[in-house]
Amino acid sequence: MPVVVCDQLGKTYRVANKPPGLGGTLRHFVRRRYKDVEAVKDISFTIEPGEIVGFLGPNGAGKTTTLKMLTGLIHPSAGRCDVLGHTPFGRDRDFLRRITLVMGQKQQLIWDLPAMDSLRINAAVYDVPDRDAKARIDELAGLLDLDDELTRPVRKLSLGERMKCELVAALLHHPKVLFLDEPTLGLDVNAQTAVRRFLCEYNQKQGAAILLTSHYMADITALCDRVILIHQGALMYDGSLDGIIQRFAPFREVKVEFDSDVTESALRPYGEVESLDGRVARLLVRRDDLTQRIARLFNEQQVADLTVADPPIEDVIGKLFAEGAA
Amino acid sequence: MTSAVRKLRAMTGVYYALMVEYRAEIVLWAVSTSLPLIMMGVWVQAGASGDFKLDATQMARYFIAVFLIRQLSVVWVIHDFEWQVVSGRLSPLLLQPIDPAWRFVLMHVGEQLSRLPIVLVLTALCFSLYPAALWGDAQTPGWWTPSLWQVVLAVVGCYCAFVLRFLMQYSFAMGAFWFERVAASHNLIFLPYLFLSGIVIPLEELPPWAFDVVMWTPFPYMVWFPATILADGEAPYVKGFAVIAVWVIVLWIVNRLLWRAGLKHYSAMGA
Repeated sequence: MPVVVCDQLGKTYRVANKPPGLGGTLRHFVRRRYKDVEAVKDISFTIEPGEIVGFLGPNGAGKTTTLKMLTGLIHPSAGRCDVLGHTPFGRDRDFLRRITLVMGQKQQLIWDLPAMDSLRINAAVYDVPDRDAKARIDELAGLLDLDDELTRPVRKLSLGERMKCELVAALLHHPKVLFLDEPTLGLDVNAQTAVRRFLCEYNQKQGAAILLTSHYMADITALCDRVILIHQGALMYDGSLDGIIQRFAPFREVKVEFDSDVTESALRPYGEVESLDGRVARLLVRRDDLTQRIARLFNEQQVADLTVADPPIEDVIGKLFAEGAA
Repeated sequence: MTSAVRKLRAMTGVYYALMVEYRAEIVLWAVSTSLPLIMMGVWVQAGASGDFKLDATQMARYFIAVFLIRQLSVVWVIHDFEWQVVSGRLSPLLLQPIDPAWRFVLMHVGEQLSRLPIVLVLTALCFSLYPAALWGDAQTPGWWTPSLWQVVLAVVGCYCAFVLRFLMQYSFAMGAFWFERVAASHNLIFLPYLFLSGIVIPLEELPPWAFDVVMWTPFPYMVWFPATILADGEAPYVKGFAVIAVWVIVLWIVNRLLWRAGLKHYSAMGA
């Protein structure tokens, strides 16, 4: 049975539209003009227990708005959502005890006090007994390589240390559904890896479902078998990572090293030239034409080495969003 | 330990720690609410003229009591709530299985606890400036020694004052869901609060008809009522606590209606 259900979910915001300049400012002061912005349109998907799903889209695609609706922070304008059998915006206590939302750019920790003080409040608020809370904090801190960071004022921590403390605070009550909005935003490579490893272990130990947004494809490829793509509020794709390449990248990338320098015009008959650096070229060749083109390449050119690969997933998704293709 | 007591203890302890983190700030906040001490200076002179219902010593005792009540009923929730809504920091609080109002209440309690030592020092300073307030004079002989029941009723009255002020300001704060910037709207009630609560004028000095009208508003119960209990023990107890109860119920209902409507309007901006 799915733990998250979105059924034709939609959200329309009414936003003030202020023209530029002094005249615009005065007109805006006297008479406000508003326009409706459809942030999310007819989104439908489900998530099963224990599943980790990547939620991808360019800035302003509607990812965060969807997460806000799924956590009950805002009311949908259309459609229905259901998380763990609850309507999120009903904000039932039982529902709130079983979910969490981590926002990379927002914090729940009290800025001027050590994270341990915020954890003390969270333990009391979620009715986690003191002994259990201590054991859980030790366990989570161990997984995230946290030590005395928990007892230093939050304002004195680095971004990575703070994010790790935020994760401890967000997971202290052992939620069953995690909504993670850019949890590795601004972290260095080591901290990103630590957070990914931690999320993976948490998912396996607790069997929790995770819906994760990130602009770092490494997060998605490391954690998610399934991704949901959203663009301009509408759902573009829901399926496996590999499936994106199959569906949206009808080309394969052929990397060729020649015996001597070649020109771009000489390579055009074999495929779209992505890059050319002296003897080394990257070509995009249609999948259905691949064998024939490579055979011709071997026959007509002096090939020293050749590899065929799928194009990087980042490139495929980036291209997809840039084109806005459905 | 029950769940509620544990939450109360944890939050009060942590918010007390938060408030004492910046020590100089506590002193500045305590001093900034010392208007009653300035008014004491003015009204003690006036009381000495014999043209008012209270004499100089009664005036001094009243304003010292006002100072104490004010210190323990300061409310700033509208500023905090507005910031939480505009910055999106309300969102993490909404995701927890406890009404955020409890956090705001216990922040105030933590702040009151942090103020206590400063309040005691400032009160001692008041008595040193006007010692007759402590041991009396020819017109008002005898030490100022409030009885136990006076103290108990004054403390209850003081926390009723805090609840009234909190509910009123928190209800105005709900406007942040619609208008974002609402702290200025609080000025609408600040002036009536200043003049009808007894901070500037002891309400006994109002014309009788005005006094009767004012006593049906919530403002006298925010300062004058508990201060009068503490200063001379003479106050309309039954009517006072009954009016407080009615206003608390009315404000609580208004607040909950605005809260529910506001949450539907909340856009969790910036988050």
